[in-house]
Amino acid sequence: MARRTPEGPPPPLAVQKLRIRYAKRGRLRFSSTRDFARALERALRRAGVPMAFSAGFHPHPKISYANAAPTGTASEAEYFEISVTERVDPEAVRVALDEALPPDLDVLEVVQAGPGSLAERLEASVWRLEMRGVTVETLAYAVERFLEVEVAEVTRMFKTGAKTFDVRSAVVSMVATESEDASCAILQMVVRHTTPSVRPDDILTALHAVTELKPPVPPLVTRLAQGPLLTAAAGVADPLAADKEAVGS
Amino acid sequence: MHTRTAGDSLFPALEPLLEQVSKPIQYVGGELNSTVKDWDCGGDVTVRWALMYPDAYEVGVPNQGSMILYEVLNERPDVLAERTYAVWPDMEALMRADAVPQFTVDAHRAVGDFDVLGISFSTELGYTNLLTALDLAGIPLHARDRRDGDTIVIAGGHAAFNPETIADFVDAAIIGDGEEAVLMVSDHIAAWKSEGMPGGRRELLLRLARTGGVYVPEFYDVTYLPDGRIQRIAPTEHGVPWRVSKHTVMDLDAWPYPKQPLVPLAESVHERMSVEIFRGCTRGCRFCQAGMITRPVRERSITGIGEMVEKGLAATGFEEVGLLSLSSADHSEIADLTKGLADRYEGTQTGLSLPSTRVDAFNIDLANELTRNGRRSGLTFAPEGGSERIRKVINKMVTEEDLITTVSAAYGAGWRNVKLYFMCGLPTETDEDVLQIAELAKRVIETGREVSGRKDIRCTVSIGGFVPKAHTPFQWVGQLSAEDTDARLEKLRNAIRADRRFGSSIGFRYHDGKPGIVEGLLSRGDRRVGAVIEQVWRDGGRFDGWSEHFSYDLWMASADTVFGASEWPIDVDWYTTRDREESEFLPWDVIDSGLDKEWLWQDWLDSLDETEVDDCRWTPCFDCGVCPQFGTEIEIGPTGKTLLPLTVLGAGKAAMAEAHTHA
Repeated sequence: MARRTPEGPPPPLAVQKLRIRYAKRGRLRFSSTRDFARALERALRRAGVPMAFSAGFHPHPKISYANAAPTGTASEAEYFEISVTERVDPEAVRVALDEALPPDLDVLEVVQAGPGSLAERLEASVWRLEMRGVTVETLAYAVERFLEVEVAEVTRMFKTGAKTFDVRSAVVSMVATESEDASCAILQMVVRHTTPSVRPDDILTALHAVTELKPPVPPLVTRLAQGPLLTAAAGVADPLAADKEAVGS
Repeated sequence: MHTRTAGDSLFPALEPLLEQVSKPIQYVGGELNSTVKDWDCGGDVTVRWALMYPDAYEVGVPNQGSMILYEVLNERPDVLAERTYAVWPDMEALMRADAVPQFTVDAHRAVGDFDVLGISFSTELGYTNLLTALDLAGIPLHARDRRDGDTIVIAGGHAAFNPETIADFVDAAIIGDGEEAVLMVSDHIAAWKSEGMPGGRRELLLRLARTGGVYVPEFYDVTYLPDGRIQRIAPTEHGVPWRVSKHTVMDLDAWPYPKQPLVPLAESVHERMSVEIFRGCTRGCRFCQAGMITRPVRERSITGIGEMVEKGLAATGFEEVGLLSLSSADHSEIADLTKGLADRYEGTQTGLSLPSTRVDAFNIDLANELTRNGRRSGLTFAPEGGSERIRKVINKMVTEEDLITTVSAAYGAGWRNVKLYFMCGLPTETDEDVLQIAELAKRVIETGREVSGRKDIRCTVSIGGFVPKAHTPFQWVGQLSAEDTDARLEKLRNAIRADRRFGSSIGFRYHDGKPGIVEGLLSRGDRRVGAVIEQVWRDGGRFDGWSEHFSYDLWMASADTVFGASEWPIDVDWYTTRDREESEFLPWDVIDSGLDKEWLWQDWLDSLDETEVDDCRWTPCFDCGVCPQFGTEIEIGPTGKTLLPLTVLGAGKAAMAEAHTHA
């Protein structure tokens, strides 16, 4: 007997690609990338977004995720792309999708994709760490020591085993500031996306190794932005700016 | 502990712990369609339920029973229900270190703040997790030590059909369908509260016991014979019945729950939405406790099912719907139903599945219909017994020819893997009966290669150890020992491996006999077994349903200690491998499942004679006793209705379409 092949016409073609920014807030910072993917696929169905699917017996919706923040960190700047089979109004998709996702997974921006790769524009992230139980003086001292060193190596477990890598070179800037809450200092930093990726907890590990800084409770970590690295201001630009420009033209 | 007002959120204390545990998402709640209500939503008479499924979140969250009760209770304006699950050992250790009590995932309230802790036991292997939850919640472990103001602990689920094993730990047990029963209990609690809680918890429990539908162990006295058998279990209070009746919901269309199934962010064991298409089963498989205790058969109508599927998908966005029941192909309108649903959802990337299918070529047609354009990977059938003879003993009316015809149709339709489920340790079973499984599997492969013309088809044989259960015709029979089970499975495995032509196409999956012995001890135990559960728990026993946590040695050592110190000649074998006589008073005789004990014994004798009994849906009543006992009857179609075509998904698309003003 011949192998079965799906009957009927091939799936409808994608006619439009959308780029989407969302935030992961509150208790849903504990969701993983896979948790989000599950929630998103269901929300897209509930919202009735005309998703494009891959062909074959087990079609998958065409979604690509870019550089998700680790489980346990909050984010104001997570990105993914979807392809649809009918042209849609991006703002209407934003409203419908936001409504369909659980509270604390908030869809902030939807734009039609212009030319170029989104993933390539995500060169660096701005991180904000609320260091509970740490004074700004202690933190500022630690930052100063850290910025003085040229190399700060940490070791982390990967699927393939333990790997040791430098985190200092990925740190573009690092600043300690006061918070409204006196029992807490703020660490803000711009970190370049490298391989292996340097995560905020790697930097905390390195800070501890270099300066003995050890927060009594784990800090609240939030990614404020990610995008093209701005050389002069040591910040990042809006990665969707090019897309918005392309639509506007 | 800091001072806390009842109903306050524990989240601030919990949050730092979440940074340190595996899969923290399971503890944060916020699932789509979950509900958080005001702690005082019903004023002074608010009735508050914490509902627990005593296993990990990933197992508990898709549980249909818990989901139904959660929704039914929360629909009542003066009642609130939240969910709690067993926490993993890493979380338990941190909670103990930081004095964080057992919490609900919805609003992170302390379980000890609720009026009722309702626990649904699908399996007896969740008992140690109950003790962890009680201890973390600060609720005294023993019902007798609880005082006014302590949470009332109520067990339900199939395992509660023998509540005696956990009599030390629960205040009450509710037997059978929970939908109406939890509302009845809520009404009693609300009334008792509005009267100013006269007589405290004892009075409330007495009121519940006197309804005849709630078993309260403390109002029953157990006396024993010198040889360890129970002499009798008798009520100690006026108005408390000798036997407690199970609850039966008759009109499933009137209870279309869950209407808004929970959609967890975390991965769970069932990544689909389930719609229960009927409840109960009268096939009469003698080993099957579920089939015996859920009689009579009550169907949901085809239109009722269609509506639940439609609304449920709209509320959840799930990509697959399972049509759930004990034997789904037996629904009187299953062909129209599967075709109607397949038509409705064609082209919407919505999968439909039919778990629990019979060995029957008709099922292949249904399965083909449900996978019109989907992948045909595996189909599962349960012949249960390897030999023709043993299948007659268990009343699984499937002949070898039925099975071969069925798998032939399956491989012919493009299915690549057929999974066959069997049991080992059935009453009267010999090595020969089990070795017959190997012969059957070989014929399946031979047939499959013939009809498909392919060499790469597979058959997976999966075997579980049989555990005799309460309220079945096998409730008197001695269980096969773990050693004998393992020896028999070893012989079967060798027989399959040794076959050069077919052996490599046959997969073999089995569990050793040890967990079955513990399950057997717990499922046919009496209240003297409670001390064993407690000893195991005190020595670290947790999550007994998980092979990486289960410790047979711990259970056996604890049982030796506890039974060794008892005044009776009892041990684990006494509870598990011992044959009982007809006249023995069984611990679960206090529970009226509707089945006549005389009928069950007669069915056991029929089993020994290898006499088969038909399904009463299509043949005259054979007097199992359920319908006359509760004034119920079989509720089945056909209704003659059909599912109309419907625009079922993507209704939101219109609102999203781009305005045609684009240049």
